Amino acid sequence: MKSLEELKRIKEQTLKAMDLRQAKNRGKVVVAMGTCGIAAGAKDTLMAVIEELEKANIHDVQVVQSGCMGLCDREPTIEVSMKDQPSVIYGDVDDANARRIVHEHVQGGQVVAELVIKRGNI
Amino acid sequence: METRMLNVKINGRDYQVPDGTTILRAAREYAKIDVPTLCYLEGISEEGACAICVVEIKGARNLQRACLTKVSEGMEVWTNTSRVREARKLNVELLLANHPKDCLTCERSQNCDLRELASELGVREVEFPRTRTEWLPVDNTSLSLVRDPNKCVLCRRCVNVCAKVQSVYAIDIMGRGSNSTVSTFLDEGLGNVECVNCGQCLLVCPTGAITERSEIPDVWKALGDPDKVVVVETAPAVRVAIGEEFGMPDGTQATGKMAAALRSLGFDEVFDTDFSADLTIMEEGFELIGRIKNGGVLPLITSCSPGWVKFAETFFPKVLDHVSTCKSPQQMFGTVTKTYWAEKMGIDPRKIVVVSVMPCTAKKFEKERPEMKTAFHYWQEKLGLKDEEAFKDVDCVLTTREAAKMIREAGIDFASLPDEDFDKPLGESTGAGVIFGATGGVMEAALRTAYEVMTKKSLAKLDFEDVRGLEGIKSADIDIDGTILKVAVANGLGNARVLMEQVQKGESPYHFIEIMCCPGGCLGGGGQPISDNPDIKKKRAEAIYREDAGKPIRKSHENPEIKKIYKDFLGEPNSEKAHHLLHTEYCDRSCE
Amino acid sequence: MIRNQLLICAGGACITSGEKSVKDVLVEELARNGIQDEVQIIETGCMGACDLGPIVVVYPEGTFYQKVNVQNAGLIVNEHLVKGRTVGGLLYTEPTSERKAQTSGDIPFYTRQVKRVLRNCGVIDPLSIEEYIARDGYFALGKALEMTPDEIIKTVQDSGLRGRGGAGFSTGIKWKATKDATGSPKYVVCNGDEGDPGAFMDRSVLEGDPHSVIEAMVIAGFAIGAATGYMYVRAEYPLAIERFEYAIGKAREYGFLGKNILNSGFDFDIEIRIGAGAFVCGEETALLRSIEGKRGTPSIKPPFPAQAGLWGKPTLINNVETYANIAPILINGADWFRSVGTSKSPGTKVFALVGKVQNTGLVEVPMGTTLRELVFDIGGGIRDGKKFKAAQTGGPSGGVITADYLDMPIDFDTVKEIGTIMGSGGLVILDEDNCMVDVAKFYLGFTVDESCGKCTPCREGTRQMYHIMERICDGKGQHSDIERLSKLANVIKDTSLCGLGQTAPNPVLSTIRFFEDEYRAHIEDKKCPAHVCKHLLTYSINPDKCVGCTACARQCLVHAITGEVKKIHVIDQSKCTKCGSCYEICRFSAIRKE
Repeated sequence: MKSLEELKRIKEQTLKAMDLRQAKNRGKVVVAMGTCGIAAGAKDTLMAVIEELEKANIHDVQVVQSGCMGLCDREPTIEVSMKDQPSVIYGDVDDANARRIVHEHVQGGQVVAELVIKRGNI
Repeated sequence: METRMLNVKINGRDYQVPDGTTILRAAREYAKIDVPTLCYLEGISEEGACAICVVEIKGARNLQRACLTKVSEGMEVWTNTSRVREARKLNVELLLANHPKDCLTCERSQNCDLRELASELGVREVEFPRTRTEWLPVDNTSLSLVRDPNKCVLCRRCVNVCAKVQSVYAIDIMGRGSNSTVSTFLDEGLGNVECVNCGQCLLVCPTGAITERSEIPDVWKALGDPDKVVVVETAPAVRVAIGEEFGMPDGTQATGKMAAALRSLGFDEVFDTDFSADLTIMEEGFELIGRIKNGGVLPLITSCSPGWVKFAETFFPKVLDHVSTCKSPQQMFGTVTKTYWAEKMGIDPRKIVVVSVMPCTAKKFEKERPEMKTAFHYWQEKLGLKDEEAFKDVDCVLTTREAAKMIREAGIDFASLPDEDFDKPLGESTGAGVIFGATGGVMEAALRTAYEVMTKKSLAKLDFEDVRGLEGIKSADIDIDGTILKVAVANGLGNARVLMEQVQKGESPYHFIEIMCCPGGCLGGGGQPISDNPDIKKKRAEAIYREDAGKPIRKSHENPEIKKIYKDFLGEPNSEKAHHLLHTEYCDRSCE
Repeated sequence: MIRNQLLICAGGACITSGEKSVKDVLVEELARNGIQDEVQIIETGCMGACDLGPIVVVYPEGTFYQKVNVQNAGLIVNEHLVKGRTVGGLLYTEPTSERKAQTSGDIPFYTRQVKRVLRNCGVIDPLSIEEYIARDGYFALGKALEMTPDEIIKTVQDSGLRGRGGAGFSTGIKWKATKDATGSPKYVVCNGDEGDPGAFMDRSVLEGDPHSVIEAMVIAGFAIGAATGYMYVRAEYPLAIERFEYAIGKAREYGFLGKNILNSGFDFDIEIRIGAGAFVCGEETALLRSIEGKRGTPSIKPPFPAQAGLWGKPTLINNVETYANIAPILINGADWFRSVGTSKSPGTKVFALVGKVQNTGLVEVPMGTTLRELVFDIGGGIRDGKKFKAAQTGGPSGGVITADYLDMPIDFDTVKEIGTIMGSGGLVILDEDNCMVDVAKFYLGFTVDESCGKCTPCREGTRQMYHIMERICDGKGQHSDIERLSKLANVIKDTSLCGLGQTAPNPVLSTIRFFEDEYRAHIEDKKCPAHVCKHLLTYSINPDKCVGCTACARQCLVHAITGEVKKIHVIDQSKCTKCGSCYEICRFSAIRKE
């Protein structure tokens, strides 16, 4: 270690690894992980969301899990709530849809209309 | 550079005191106020442990220790406020709470700092109980010293003297808090550790926690036995100190009174160790000359001081071949008395009791060394003695203090006695023998003889000023008719260690080294009267050199009785017989 | 791809309450569910809420699970991580509102705190230097090396930071004095010999964020011109030693210690010195002797360590918490530091909050916080609905703060005014069941045991004071004992050699000041109002309540209780040893303790 630049580089790199512990303000993606959700592949959905956010270098959106949202026939379901916008619940979110939602809604700000189950809080 | 003078107020009066002075010194020297302390010894024990010397300083939150606090410009010191008095008194009371109350029978009842302090501070009762639950065992393991930890006030003077002055580190504080004691490694006892028996700890102890192992009863017993011929020898340093025990001024030459008092005590012969000191010079002087001439091991180091010898055996066992093989004057005396003199007088050596009066506690150890039975071996065959009949060359050793005690016990008015002479022949001595008592004295005496023997010329000036004085290490180049003899003198084992490390590394530039265990030499020995005069060593040294100057003969080789003993008995210095009787050997004590 | 991180508190208290086995269960359960590659487990330093341990926090949600054990740890994996359901049973329930807290942000114990010293404790992996760097670690060092030593010292001085070790001496002045002192080499020393009973602030910092201390020591070395630092830490802190040692190794690897640090030309390294468990070695001069390999006994000041410290050379010595404040001060500036706390005692103070409060643990609050906030808001009030009596601060060197001072802002100076000291931050909360004479006796007993024995007043005087305290508690107190205690106390304070002795009488003096009536009750009435002092207690049986069940008689080991079945029992006072076991076992509250 010979310079502040190097120090900064380590800081940036490590911050990524510590990302999960940082407070995130821009938004939150909740993946329903009830038995129904898991049976329908919610875990793949969860990992897809995390992976896609990482690929897009988005670090201010939190991904958390919840239990069953009560919409068992449309599982996997996820809820995307971006700051200052009403939250949106999507159904039938498989791996591909999850990635699409990250791109279009989280990154692009456009709700993926055809997957929406409900807008606004449940 | 001139020392800056500071303006200091002590008890409201102004004084000018040099920068760097402690409050204690300022009060004592400038204001003539004695701030009491139990633990402080300038340059040696500066720990602030006893908390007796506390004084009030304007602006300071707490009382401060006068011993360690230096004066500063404008400082206002109060040594006698009620706050100060109460604090001192309470701290003395706290020490007394756990101190044995046997002052009436204590060895130090007449000169105990703690008792005096309690009296001065007006402590009339101790309102605190004893909190130590057990009495600690008395350490009786040493042949020279007895330590009673129950009387110890943990002032640490002994620890510091042993470590800082003597570099022996035989004692230290063990345990913590109110369980702390001064003790030896693993509580093994002084007799089982590296203690060299010098008794410097005893000299600085403010109480009766360290005393000598008394041999007074043995001496009384011998004196009372009509079958015994009891012979006493007195070391050179005793005569210039024993007067202190009888209220005579410091530095009094009490040689004649001492001889008279000892005779009065009932000794059959009052002889002088100075005689065997002269004998030592002959043997050691010729050993030196021999080593120089024959390319022997140099430097040669003197061996008169038993504390030093044990120190060498313990810490420098690899270089013991540098130490002269000569016995100490005490031991030469014992051997000569029980061989030469016994033979001459036709007395059975088994009847002779040799008592030596020494300024030294280590001598009590030395006389017990197993090899110090030369006279017995001399007689064994002639008289057909069995091994179990072995007797020591020297039977009893009294310290200066013990001799004084016996004289007092016998009711002898020491100071009023008329001067008397020593008995012949072993009482005959020279100025060279006398100066053995001061650091540098053996060196000077040896040089007087070596010069004349080597050059066959007479010395114009007998005083070798370069090796005199109380400085720790002295050195000089002595011109012996063109040959330069490099000599050094060390007193105090800390100083000896410095010279010995050079010797051990093979880097010592000297031909001849005198080492005395105690600071100042024998006059500062652990067997000497306990004195509170900081200049006491100087006073005693002056007396020794006065004694030397007043002697008709001042060179050992000119002592007629010395000439006689060689002619009649020993043959030549370093002869086989002399070697057999007057020389000894040493052992490695590093693993003991 | 990591989707969740589990932070497990691996502070001393949580380890003791089973953190390692909890971790094993979590690892096992993650593997069983096949999600070990998606969920990362990180052990952190102390999270502070020690009596809630073991604590597991699940990120990104920040869900705070408390009192996790081997039986219920699996739920965190199987419910929370697999099924996305919060494990309600492991959440903290706020006692007054009975609301369940989801995250630490919902727990008053945490929300009232301002974490500066403990900024990384419980947040990062103490073994990861990268995580320390990610939290701006070593940036202060980088900045410092571009400043002049005088600028650094000025910043520290301007911050008003005072030594967190106890006395509150200005840190900046200390740094300046050491820099200005003549003599070379100079040394930097960290005092990690935290020895007050009940205190664990420094241990937590060393265990949870060792690099914060290393970084500050390097900065200090640069500021005063030293190339060597010593971390003196007590042997009783093996985990702190282990983590600090590891951190030193990492810091060397990354070039924050060693030669030419950050290409500045400045060299500095740190060695650890382990103390052998003597309280007095927390006293700075004794500590320095101990580092030198000598017996750890104090010496008189002056000379101060800044003038003549280790091996007689100028030495800067600060405690752990003081150093932990340095990096943020350099990064954020003196004004930032002064933005919390009081004007004369700026910044925060870490307390080890223990005793009779609901929530015990490590708390960091701004200086000037009141005792009421600490006890009732952060500490959740007194346990079992008992009454607050006093708070003991400063350990064996301190005294008590009573209910009258609950609203006094606590800082270095205010506590001094009422006869106690801030100390290193031990805060022991006492309730009505604590006997103040007994409490004072406890602390005094500690000093008696820990006195080095060098100076008369401390060695002999504290022992005599203890003797008097003992007899008071034994019902043998004499009328003049309070006066005698005060007299001894004053001389011990006035003439002891070091801070240990000078402050040793404080617990007694302080309790005499505020609870003299309790002393008098012991001495004159031979009663212990709090029913603590065994010799002053009498157990008797209330005949109105005794049903003659014989439980007490069977329990009594010395057969002091007699009575037949269904008849009223009686205690023979001459046999009773006052062990209290009858009192404990009686189901009818028939045993009276007076």
